[in-house]
Amino acid sequence: MPLDYVVKRFGLLVLTIILGVTINFMIPRLIPGDPVEQKLNQMFATSGGQMGDLTAMIESYRARFGLDQPLWNQYLNYWWSLLHLDLGYSLDRFPEKVSDSISSALPWTLGLVGISTLISFTIGTVLGGMLAWPRVPRLVRGLIPLLMILSAIPYFLLGLILVFVFAIVLKLFPAGGGYPYGGTLQFDLPTLSGILQHAFLPAASIILAGIGAWALSMRGMIVSILGEDYIILAEAKGLKQHRIFIWYAMRNALLPQITTLGLTMSHVVAGAILVEVIFAYPGIGYKLFQAIGAKDYFVIQGIVLMMIVAIAVILFILDLIYPLIDPRIAYERR
Amino acid sequence: MNTESKTQTRRLRFPNLDLTLVVGISLLLTVLLFGLIGPSFFDPKTTNVGAFPPRLPPSNDHWLGTDSQGRDVMAALTYATPQTLKIGVLAGIIGLGIGVILGLVSGYFSGIVDTVIRTTTDVLNTIPGIALLVVIATMMRMMSVELMAMIIAALAWRYPARAVRAQTLTLRERAYVQVARLNGMGGLEIIVKEVLPNLLPYIAGSFVATVSQATLSSIGLEALGLGPQNTLTLGMMIYWAQYYSAILRNMWWWWAPPIVVIVLIFVGLFFVSSGLDQMVNTRLRRTE
Repeated sequence: MPLDYVVKRFGLLVLTIILGVTINFMIPRLIPGDPVEQKLNQMFATSGGQMGDLTAMIESYRARFGLDQPLWNQYLNYWWSLLHLDLGYSLDRFPEKVSDSISSALPWTLGLVGISTLISFTIGTVLGGMLAWPRVPRLVRGLIPLLMILSAIPYFLLGLILVFVFAIVLKLFPAGGGYPYGGTLQFDLPTLSGILQHAFLPAASIILAGIGAWALSMRGMIVSILGEDYIILAEAKGLKQHRIFIWYAMRNALLPQITTLGLTMSHVVAGAILVEVIFAYPGIGYKLFQAIGAKDYFVIQGIVLMMIVAIAVILFILDLIYPLIDPRIAYERR
Repeated sequence: MNTESKTQTRRLRFPNLDLTLVVGISLLLTVLLFGLIGPSFFDPKTTNVGAFPPRLPPSNDHWLGTDSQGRDVMAALTYATPQTLKIGVLAGIIGLGIGVILGLVSGYFSGIVDTVIRTTTDVLNTIPGIALLVVIATMMRMMSVELMAMIIAALAWRYPARAVRAQTLTLRERAYVQVARLNGMGGLEIIVKEVLPNLLPYIAGSFVATVSQATLSSIGLEALGLGPQNTLTLGMMIYWAQYYSAILRNMWWWWAPPIVVIVLIFVGLFFVSSGLDQMVNTRLRRTE
């Protein structure tokens, strides 16, 4: 692996993280009248002054950002606390730490979005392969317009329709939440089945909305591969049609699909914010939604920063790995 | 490739390219007409909070009933549709303009300018758009339709910039551009007179993609509660419906209509973009 490629790619990673942190730091300060301070003052006023821990919070806020210090010092302080993984406290649920708040929500999102993305990828890719197969029944090919329409609909709207049909009308699945209401989370069969039941509809909307795109890109890839020289050679050699299709066309079309899968998986942390909102699913997206409603700026910034850094790091790793998997990808991308 | 699979590939392409484009455009025109003419049938007061008794099911007086705040849903829909279209088109135009300029400059002049623009685009592409938009939008004290379009446009230029740059790179090496260069034409003149006209099909395609992405972002931000609080848009209708649990209350006449219009918009945009895609590709095949 050429060293200058790694260095260049690492530089991009560092730049991305710096930009993310800087944006998070600058935007509240660009707007006249720091909204965070306003929110704190407002909370202080409504509490009628009888809040010990709130004054502690304001103290910590001031100390954290050193609001009386020059901007440059504030910026460095911000970096210093971030390097210690200190994202501050939740304004809404003080004294909960933002980092704890994020780490309690993260597993839900990773589980839901990660698994649904994999399922969607598998079904979509197989379906796309079948659609490009010259001898597929007409009926299957009739799916193409349907898949196109499905891939054009925003996935969270699909979620709304699913809630209505399967939770309200048919009452087959719960309409929201991540586990049975009032239940405690422990590792046993009823809890597990409860979690799966709650995950079914959100997962279904992510899967359904994704299948179309996966199938269409797989089909497009195979159609273009069918015109390649090595397919003609394989035909000239007299290989059987299905052998050519599976081992020459499908196999080569799979690599770009996996590349896209990697890119999609890197967005798992941010992937399905609105699905979580619609299903009140206790993941990162729903947490972000609640924080926006409560104007809990530290939680919002913490989540956004976590997303930016996580995605940047995963993409960096992927960019280093891909050329090893698929030699057709050159290290030098223009 | 044998003849059998050759006919197969032809049939595999989307049935009829002209049809796709026509269907897409007519879907979009239907929505546009609905949004332009619809509001003249309804008094704007009927979309005010408390204009009618809340939660009325559809009837002759209220075709789509009323919502939990007493708005006439049909009237609200006609006023919300043009606003959503406005955000998408406005953000699309601004984003496309910035993107095309950056893409042309970056693609035509190599060197430091290209490096700076390309690195910026790469870095911004790594950042999930919705995350950045959420941070910016939460800090705004008042949100309006125009401000929303600006915020979204601030990120919407990334896609056209990339697409235009890639095409400019290939055009730069074409014979006619080199002839122009040898004739002593300046860089800017070549870009405007020789490169830009040949990019128009791509720019049209990028425009559709940008509008579609911008509309999706705006509806996403609105569903998160970051939209304009005092203007009705399709996304805000969904936000309010969700806020007042319209689905749990079985008020389908409230949450379903905005979804239908949004789906029509996206399916229309999708058909138009695949129709344009086909056109660009056939053009390419003919020229090469």
